Amino acid sequence: MSDETVKAPEASAPAPGPAAGGPGGSGGSGGSGRPGGRPGGPGGPGGRGKFFRRKKVCKFCTEKIDAIPYRDVRLLQGFVAERGKIVPRRLTGVCTTHQRRLTRAIKQARNIALLPFATKH
Amino acid sequence: MSRLYEVMFIVRPDAADEDVDKLIAGFTTSVTNGGGVVKNVEKMGRRKLAYLVRKFSDGNYILLTLEAGGAVVQELERRLRVSEPVIKFITVRMDEEEKRLAKLKALRATRRKVSAETPAHAPAAEASEAVSASA
Repeated sequence: MSDETVKAPEASAPAPGPAAGGPGGSGGSGGSGRPGGRPGGPGGPGGRGKFFRRKKVCKFCTEKIDAIPYRDVRLLQGFVAERGKIVPRRLTGVCTTHQRRLTRAIKQARNIALLPFATKH
Repeated sequence: MSRLYEVMFIVRPDAADEDVDKLIAGFTTSVTNGGGVVKNVEKMGRRKLAYLVRKFSDGNYILLTLEAGGAVVQELERRLRVSEPVIKFITVRMDEEEKRLAKLKALRATRRKVSAETPAHAPAAEASEAVSASA
C-alpha cells in the first residue's frame, strides 16, 4: 500500500489530469459497479468450491435501458428460465435495481398471460 | 389531478371485430365522461396466451393509455370486470415512471450539452459521469 502511494505521485507528475483521473475512475467503477461479482466470490467457493466467476455486467446498465415494460416479452424472456421461473441475478449479472424492475415487469406480464407462470415439460 | 395509466385487456378471440370496436368505444366514452383523456388506443392483435384463460388459448390484446383520476379508472375497471368479452385486464400506473424517465433524460441532456460546449472540461465531465454511473 505504501509503495503505491509513493509511486502514484511520481507517475502522475509527468502525466497530470487524465492519468490521475484514470486509475481513480476505473478503480471507483470497478469497486461499486460490479456488486454481482463480489458476493458471487465468497458465496460460490464457500458453497461449492467453484472458481470465481468472471464479472458479468448488467445488460441494462451498459445499454442504458431505463424502463423495462411488461409488454416487451422478448426482452423479458431472456431472463426467464425454461420452466418459467425468474433467473437469479447471480446468473444473469443484472444489478439490483434492474433486477427488481425486471421482476416486477415479469410478474405483470405473467398476470396478463404474456408469460407463463409455470410450464411443465 | 391527472395520473397516467396503461390498461391492457384481453378480449375473447371469438368476438367479432365490430363488437371489439364497440367495446372500446364504450370504454373511451366512459373515460371521457368521467373527465379523463384517452391518449392512445392500440390493438395489439391476436396472440397466443401463455396459459389457458377461461378455456381460451388465444386472445385479442388491446392497450389503452389514458390520463385520468383514480375514480375514472375504478369505474373503467368495474366495467371491464363486468363485460363478458373481456377475459383479463391489468391496470398499471405510469406517471411516476414517466417522471423518473423524464428526469433521467433531462439529466442526460444537460450533461451532454455541458460536455459539448466545453471540450476543455471534458475530463471533468467524464469523471463526474464515472462517479454518478458508479453511484
